[in-house]
Amino acid sequence: MNINVTLIAQIIAFVTLLWFVNRVLWNPMNDLLAARQKRIADGLAAADKGKHDLELAEKRAKEHLMEAKSQAAEILAQAEKRGNEIVEEAKEKARTEGERQLAAAKAEIEQEANRAKEQLRGKVAAVAAAGAGRILGREVDEKAHADLLKDLVGQI
Amino acid sequence: MSGSSDGGGTVAYIQHHLTNLCVGDCDPVTHKAAGFWALHLDTVFFSVMLGILMIVVSARMGRNLATGTPGGFQNFVEMIIDFVSGQVKDTFPGHNPIIAPLALTIFVWVWLMNFMDLIPVDLLPMIASGVLGIEYLKVVPTTDLNTTLAMSLTVFALIIYYNFKIKGAAGYLKMFLFHPFGKFFVPVNIVMSVIEELAKPLSLALRLFGNLFAGELVFLLIALIGGTMAVGLGALIWFPLQVVLDLGWLIFHLLVITLQAFIFMVLTIVYLAMAHTEDH
Repeated sequence: MNINVTLIAQIIAFVTLLWFVNRVLWNPMNDLLAARQKRIADGLAAADKGKHDLELAEKRAKEHLMEAKSQAAEILAQAEKRGNEIVEEAKEKARTEGERQLAAAKAEIEQEANRAKEQLRGKVAAVAAAGAGRILGREVDEKAHADLLKDLVGQI
Repeated sequence: MSGSSDGGGTVAYIQHHLTNLCVGDCDPVTHKAAGFWALHLDTVFFSVMLGILMIVVSARMGRNLATGTPGGFQNFVEMIIDFVSGQVKDTFPGHNPIIAPLALTIFVWVWLMNFMDLIPVDLLPMIASGVLGIEYLKVVPTTDLNTTLAMSLTVFALIIYYNFKIKGAAGYLKMFLFHPFGKFFVPVNIVMSVIEELAKPLSLALRLFGNLFAGELVFLLIALIGGTMAVGLGALIWFPLQVVLDLGWLIFHLLVITLQAFIFMVLTIVYLAMAHTEDH
């Protein structure tokens, strides 16, 4: 007889093995594979997120750059304007100062000229008197001819 | 050749090889099982040893599983598990946590037991008789109908259990009454369905048994070429022929044992999937 108690023994062996395989091989491996699958999925999601973040950051950086550029241009324009203003102011100041100095110098010159004229007048009177005395051969009485001299000096 | 005590000869050689190591209710002359209470010790021994091998290897591997980068052997095991769960996902509707480990167990265990067929036919029996004094030894557990039937009957029990669980007793009974020809052929339907259900475990068991038994027989016949025909100078011709034939059959049989393990696994999944589907 071919079928015998071996059949029972093999059924027991098979069921026992099934239980062990489920416990020792299938469950740990399945957990492991599931964990790995999750890790890979997480990694891919993180990579996607990173890519997205990078795009956002790039966009933001570009915006910042544009803003900074426009700000810089504005500042530059302001500075130029201010510079021009300062130059204009300085020019104006220089011009008024120069005019003032010129006026002062002119006044001084006039004053000097007047003083020189006065001196000259006095000396001319003396010279004229001396010259006339020599020409006439005698002393010209300055007192007598004071009117004449005064008139003469006034003509100078 | 093996140290056969019941005379030489081709038939005796083959018969000796196909006799299990029987204990209990055995025939004292032929050494075959005489009644139900006979145990094929070699079948149980080798199948249990291979089962223990599976458990020990997986337990040792399970202690240092690498989540990130698995090494060579873990990779190989993961490949098998991926393959099996892929088969289950393709064939099995819904989710049942017992199906995939069952399929994995069947695939690996049947393959390992089949693999015993590729060990030279005389090697283990010679060691057994020479060293241990065991006269009869049939190495391949799947060439014993008890093994294949044990697995197919377990699967059959699961089929019936899930039929009752999913369809309910009434649903299962209805399948016997009204399938496949409708309600006007109830008697025919009953006969057809019963045959169909019973054919499942029988075809599972007999297919595997038949393939492996035949494969073993061919190995024995090839072994006989060099053994009985080669005498004196004839050995120069017959021995190389035996080597070539043996190698050829070995390579072919490597495909056969894998295919048979695969078929047993797939059919188990398919039968259980049928038990899980509501409408037949």
